[in-house]
Amino acid sequence: MSKQRKAVALISGGLDSMLAAKIVMEQGVHVEGINFFTGFCVEGHTHAIRAQDNAKPNRNNALWVAEQLGIKLHIVDVIQEYKKVLINPKHGYGTHMNPCLDCKIFMVNKAKQWIVENDFDFIITGEVIGQRPMSQTKSKMPIVAKQSGADDLLLRPMCAKNLPATKPELEGWVDREKLHDITGRSRKPQIEMAKQFGIDDYSQPAGGCCFLTDKYYSAKLVDLWKAQGDKDYELDDIMLLKVGRHIRPKPNFKLIVAREEGEGRFLQGYKKEFISMHCSSHPGPLTLIDGEMSAEDLYFAARVVARYAQGRDEDQVDITITQKDGSERIIQVKPFSKAEVLNEWHV
Amino acid sequence: MQEAIRETLNARRLLCPLPVIRTQDKVKQLNTGDQLEIICTDPGVMHDIPAWCRINGHKVLETNSGNHEYIIIIEVGAK
Repeated sequence: MSKQRKAVALISGGLDSMLAAKIVMEQGVHVEGINFFTGFCVEGHTHAIRAQDNAKPNRNNALWVAEQLGIKLHIVDVIQEYKKVLINPKHGYGTHMNPCLDCKIFMVNKAKQWIVENDFDFIITGEVIGQRPMSQTKSKMPIVAKQSGADDLLLRPMCAKNLPATKPELEGWVDREKLHDITGRSRKPQIEMAKQFGIDDYSQPAGGCCFLTDKYYSAKLVDLWKAQGDKDYELDDIMLLKVGRHIRPKPNFKLIVAREEGEGRFLQGYKKEFISMHCSSHPGPLTLIDGEMSAEDLYFAARVVARYAQGRDEDQVDITITQKDGSERIIQVKPFSKAEVLNEWHV
Repeated sequence: MQEAIRETLNARRLLCPLPVIRTQDKVKQLNTGDQLEIICTDPGVMHDIPAWCRINGHKVLETNSGNHEYIIIIEVGAK
């Protein structure tokens, strides 16, 4: 009796990785999923923070995909290790701060370590040649296989027929003839394949599954690094970049202004790490102050905070300033006018 | 037979999938039949932790919410 072969599939929560896993499962291979949490994953976060997004399904798509496929999913925290990928990517950044090729190499490398530790035979990804300009081109596919150390243990069932045969194919663990030759950015072949498998509900995020491909998020990250003078970050830093309006009126401080109730509640959790402000004479959002400030800066920031409160047209409003130790004081300020809050302050 | 234990995991302020990851890591240290109470502030856990339990063979015993907190009690399944 031949040995039951085992593969781990990189599951992002999108359709391609779901199909790739399904194709291999159909060939009798035992498949389990693996999902890496870098801290920049779009999955879950913003809808969890923003009250107004509550209408959207509050589900983690990677978990959902695993459940639909009937496989285990291992979610791995790679936040700390991922820093070196983002801070110094060997292959550079994409259009924004997305180090896609280095990221793919990193994740496949982690999966390679995982299969060695867990006695699995090979790795599956949902990559499609030509799907992504930076990491999923025909010339980049061998780079990922080689530099990750996975080499011929990396199988891409969606486009395998356009690539040299891998060990799972050569050894007969999977039938190459039953793999596919999809190329390009069209989603039609995947949608057709999903239909054939009876899959009618799947996630297809327009901007991919990573905040680093987002222009506005990337701008905030660059601003953070510039302000602190180095490219380091902690999880809280990158979480806060997803929340609120970020306004930097001066190089030494930034305001994070909640845009709605859910964000305000989320920012409440940071009141011991940041000085915070809110308008106490009129309804207004909670604002965190990030940076070192003079008394003059504090007054200046309070006028910005007042601009976002309902008393913005009053001559004077009360702003409560809460220190990290919880002590409070109230100052009276004249809210800035719309024209006084300059566009270039918005990060 | 080893007596089942009950532990509590504080996952407040963590956003999904971190509460799931912390649950996954904690469950690795527990034995079959042990119970884990997970206290969270991200409403997404009400979907994600039960989903994680279903695919990994653990049982959700109870879910509660109130005052912007979400509490899930699970029983560790066969390992």
